[in-house]
Amino acid sequence: MIPNRKGYFGKFGGRFVPETLMSALQYLEKEYMSAKKEKSFRKEMEYYLKEYAGRPTPLFYARNLTKRFGGAKIYLKREDLLHTGAHKINNTIGQLLLALRMKKYRIIAETGAGQHGVATATAAALFGCKCSVYMGEEDIRRQAINVFRMRLLGAQVIPVSSGSKTLKDAINETLRDWVTNINTTHYVLGSVVGPHPYPMMVRDFQSVIGREARRQIIDVEGKLPRCLIACVGGGSNSIGLFYPFYKDKVSFIGVEAGGLGLSSGSHAASLLKGKIGILHGSKSAVLQDNDGQIETTHSVSAGLDYPGVGPEHTYYMNTKRAEYVAVNDREALSGFKMLSEMEGIIPALEPAHAIYYASKIAPKLSKKDSIIVCLSGRGDKDIDIVKEYFKF
Amino acid sequence: MDYGLKEDINFMNRIEKKFLELRKKRKRAFITYITAGYPSLKMTEDIVLALESAGVDIVELGVPFSDPMADGLTIQKSSEKALERGANLTGILKRVKSIRSKSDIPIVLMSYLNPVYHYGMDKFVKDAVSCGVDGVIFPDLPPDEAEDIVRYSNNMKFSVIFLASPTSTVERLKIIAKRSQGFIYYVSLTGVTGARKVLPADIAAHIKKIKEFTAKPVCVGFGVSNAVQQREINSIADGVIVGSAVVDFIRKNETRKDLGQRVGGFIKRRFDLT
Repeated sequence: MIPNRKGYFGKFGGRFVPETLMSALQYLEKEYMSAKKEKSFRKEMEYYLKEYAGRPTPLFYARNLTKRFGGAKIYLKREDLLHTGAHKINNTIGQLLLALRMKKYRIIAETGAGQHGVATATAAALFGCKCSVYMGEEDIRRQAINVFRMRLLGAQVIPVSSGSKTLKDAINETLRDWVTNINTTHYVLGSVVGPHPYPMMVRDFQSVIGREARRQIIDVEGKLPRCLIACVGGGSNSIGLFYPFYKDKVSFIGVEAGGLGLSSGSHAASLLKGKIGILHGSKSAVLQDNDGQIETTHSVSAGLDYPGVGPEHTYYMNTKRAEYVAVNDREALSGFKMLSEMEGIIPALEPAHAIYYASKIAPKLSKKDSIIVCLSGRGDKDIDIVKEYFKF
Repeated sequence: MDYGLKEDINFMNRIEKKFLELRKKRKRAFITYITAGYPSLKMTEDIVLALESAGVDIVELGVPFSDPMADGLTIQKSSEKALERGANLTGILKRVKSIRSKSDIPIVLMSYLNPVYHYGMDKFVKDAVSCGVDGVIFPDLPPDEAEDIVRYSNNMKFSVIFLASPTSTVERLKIIAKRSQGFIYYVSLTGVTGARKVLPADIAAHIKKIKEFTAKPVCVGFGVSNAVQQREINSIADGVIVGSAVVDFIRKNETRKDLGQRVGGFIKRRFDLT
């Protein structure tokens, strides 16, 4: 069973937070553990995931991509078709139901690309909670559409101007808010990072991706896929896809953001280039300098632009359960273009990293094999960035 | 009588000796936090020496960190500046060693866990002790996760100080009271560091609760910025910790050559240091 009682995946995870947050985290853990066992809670989750978010999502056979690259069949798990346009809503519905259960009616969240912010604002609107979302100024600039969506949904978007003005700074600021308003507020953390129980709880909520995909691939192929590919920032869509296959003979490939290249220093490849450290409440791989200061990162995709990664990924890497690779900005953009032109699907820049890597690995595998790529979100939010890049 | 302190004075570090001395005189501790390396490490030394002359009992030196999640704007900004000017743990330890040749004031480092974790926890305790540091406070390390540092500092004259907060449950207060060494740092409010006009009314009740479990000194920090608040707290606790108010004064006088003296003067004017 991972994680253990203290929230450790092997040596990684734990709960490294100010004392003020400790009792709230213990309470959250206790409520989550008992809710999880209740049939009525699971039924309610299922209801909203199906009737509101639009689950199950299709597992689409990308015939054109497969033909073009030869080799293994490429399947896309279409999380981009969910309400709000990304997998993030799987988690925010679960956490909002928990917040109601804990009688915490003020919701706060951090957001990078804005997808988690939109999904939180959406669930907060649905369940009648007040919502504030912290977002780095740099991300507000590059993901303007999502800022507007959050405001339309009635959420307050609070710009964060400290540090690198991106996701890590937004998390710092959300934690500061939480420490201040701990008695009335639930923090809807958007990825499998942070202190225990978040990495476990967010994984469980996102595991619906892998559970469905596993059933779907067996239905069409009659057997398990050869490998699973997903992008890794904090790592929630990838863990969500991987975890239900944990005991299967299926390989996992996590794709980190290579930015301008791994040797450039401008990337967000925490697992490939980081060292073990403590960031935002858990022990995991962290991009840091020789003094243990957290480094600023770069990726064309705001959702992957984060110097840390979920402790379960660090555990998977450490135990060699998963393999991690990097795809740089330029390659991700070519993945973006490829999927748009060949399958008529405009992906978000985050999963475009995974698409690109799938195109490299498929030809090396047998035609009898299949690959599942997690298409974690759609690309509407990235149109401006892509437009600028391709000089359309 | 049990002061919650080690009985043999030979095994005490400077913090424990200081509290024993204060208790004998029936006095409260005045503890000052400053960000090490802000505006420079040289100035940090000047300020510490001036604080000692002004009558400050214990100095907390903040190790700057890129992501100070428990700090308000004042300390965030000072940390950012200190990092820009090259402050790091090695440099701070060296500076403490230099201060030690001139002063015996108890010095505690306050650091987020990552810079120390990266330095190596066992190496940190050894080097800190040999440079004359008396203890450490980690704002992001609850006792639940502190086995390593506690083990390394066993049998050393080195205090690992834990924080208690208004949201700590009775079970947690017991653990904190038991594990904290030197003193217990009570966080006055739910929130980040920074001066506040009004402090919560429930501080006294919380301190009373902690005192049920321990005879160790309990000092109160976060939000304290003037003598009225200081007196209020001194009537219920063993001392106060003042941080942002001092760092803010340093910021306003950053470029002054006699900054150390000025900080000493400010402390004497603003607080009771008798």
